[in-house]
Amino acid sequence: MIIAQQKPLEEIREMVAGHRRVLVLGCGTCVTVCFAGGEKEVGLLATSLRAVLGKDVQVAEATVQRQCEWEFLDQVRGAVEAADAVVSLGCGVGVQGVAERYPGTLILPGLNTSFLGLTEAPGIWAERCLACGDCVLDLTGGICPIARCAKSLLNGPCGGSQDGHCEISPDNPCAWVLIHDRLTALGRADLLEEIIPARDWRTSHAGGPRRVTRPDLQAARREE
Amino acid sequence: MPSSSNLERVLADGRFAVTAELGPPKGTNLGVVERKAETLRQCTDAINITDNQTAIVRMSSLACCIRLSALGLDPVMQMTCRDRNRLALQSDVLGAVASGVRNFLCLSGDHQQFGNHPGAKGVFDLDSIQLIQTLAGMRDSRKFQGGDEFSGEAPIFVGAAANPFADPQGYRVVRLAKKVRAGAGFIQTQAVFDLEIFSAWMAQVTARGLHERTAILAGIVPLKSVGMARYMRDYVSGVIVPDAILTRMENAADPKVEGVAIAAELIDAIREIPGVRGVHIMAVGWEDIVPVIAERAGLLPRPLI
Repeated sequence: MIIAQQKPLEEIREMVAGHRRVLVLGCGTCVTVCFAGGEKEVGLLATSLRAVLGKDVQVAEATVQRQCEWEFLDQVRGAVEAADAVVSLGCGVGVQGVAERYPGTLILPGLNTSFLGLTEAPGIWAERCLACGDCVLDLTGGICPIARCAKSLLNGPCGGSQDGHCEISPDNPCAWVLIHDRLTALGRADLLEEIIPARDWRTSHAGGPRRVTRPDLQAARREE
Repeated sequence: MPSSSNLERVLADGRFAVTAELGPPKGTNLGVVERKAETLRQCTDAINITDNQTAIVRMSSLACCIRLSALGLDPVMQMTCRDRNRLALQSDVLGAVASGVRNFLCLSGDHQQFGNHPGAKGVFDLDSIQLIQTLAGMRDSRKFQGGDEFSGEAPIFVGAAANPFADPQGYRVVRLAKKVRAGAGFIQTQAVFDLEIFSAWMAQVTARGLHERTAILAGIVPLKSVGMARYMRDYVSGVIVPDAILTRMENAADPKVEGVAIAAELIDAIREIPGVRGVHIMAVGWEDIVPVIAERAGLLPRPLI
């Protein structure tokens, strides 16, 4: 899922300064699961904003199932269009989804979008994927060196791997130690000998903003 | 095609090679580089110029290497994957080759977080093994990584680093084998203090026959003080300083003299380890000591080939 963290209240307060009708808009999917922008966090932020902004400012609350789909965004048209400013507690995709659907309304980000990751343990989230567009997990024992090695090395660990962790932080396990141990345990140490050649990064953001098109689904849509 | 590099000729002639590291200044004075290089002229076969070592911005390796080449010295141009993408790396190689530089050392690069621009974006378009492949391809087929041909020859000697002391131990020689297969003709290792681990690593290297396909130069870092020894042990990733060496430094009347003695003894011991083809002395900021160590270790005079 997409992991995000709420911006400091002071930063959000500065963003909405001068607006009289503010809507705090939550998202019911990824950011709800990582406790950053669901219905509960919308309520907490709205209460805090009412306290710091005073009585002259109306702070409304709403949460949609997903801010990245038009059909859900259409359900809050009234609330959005009644606001001078919307603080979206969606991820960066959500904020832009709302902005694109409501071009006449000011949409502000209430979260910092962190990464694509999972919940390692309660209260701990960690990055697992950089969405580089050309998955190599079959060669690396299901552990991504692009996302989990600080240098995205594709051919083994650098000299900074010590005691199982990365040179940049003892909290960061060395991805190549994990890959080495797992491939060895799986009896596929032979894969460690393979040279993975230079990547074509066009499948990643290096190729510009990406788009996926599925003609089969487009056709089905037209027939409906 | 062999390069005209002095280092490659010394190794091809079966001599025990000596290289040393030279750190460019954090400033615009090329004279500092020239003075350090002259100190190293008589006691080395080639001089490595670091590339923004420890992610601290310094004068470019390319500029220093071109100057050394003009002075009739044999530079080893260090290139990290941290700061440049494949376009910039290959462009620098063309310029360096055109200016007489023949040796290139392919490195991942210390993470930018450790340097004086911790907020910089690391490039890592290629990794060090892909950079070796790229340079070997430029040399062997006069083609860029992207497949285009270029004009002229690139008679270069491609090198790489190896760290026998980092984790995972089971992967270290495998990674070296990949570097050799990618085209690395010489290898400079991380600083050796622990001879037991280094010998065990060399035994794996020779068991795979890698010492016959590449020239292994063992890294030597002369210790200048007890503080430096502790720092190397505690804070430099991938370096192991045994207690015996630390104790010697702590008990020494003159730590610098002891540091030179330790370096010379390590070189003596390393020369006896089968498969080692030379040493690479890293005394960045203390380049003056390299001739002293080379003398003490009986590495002088250097061959003229």
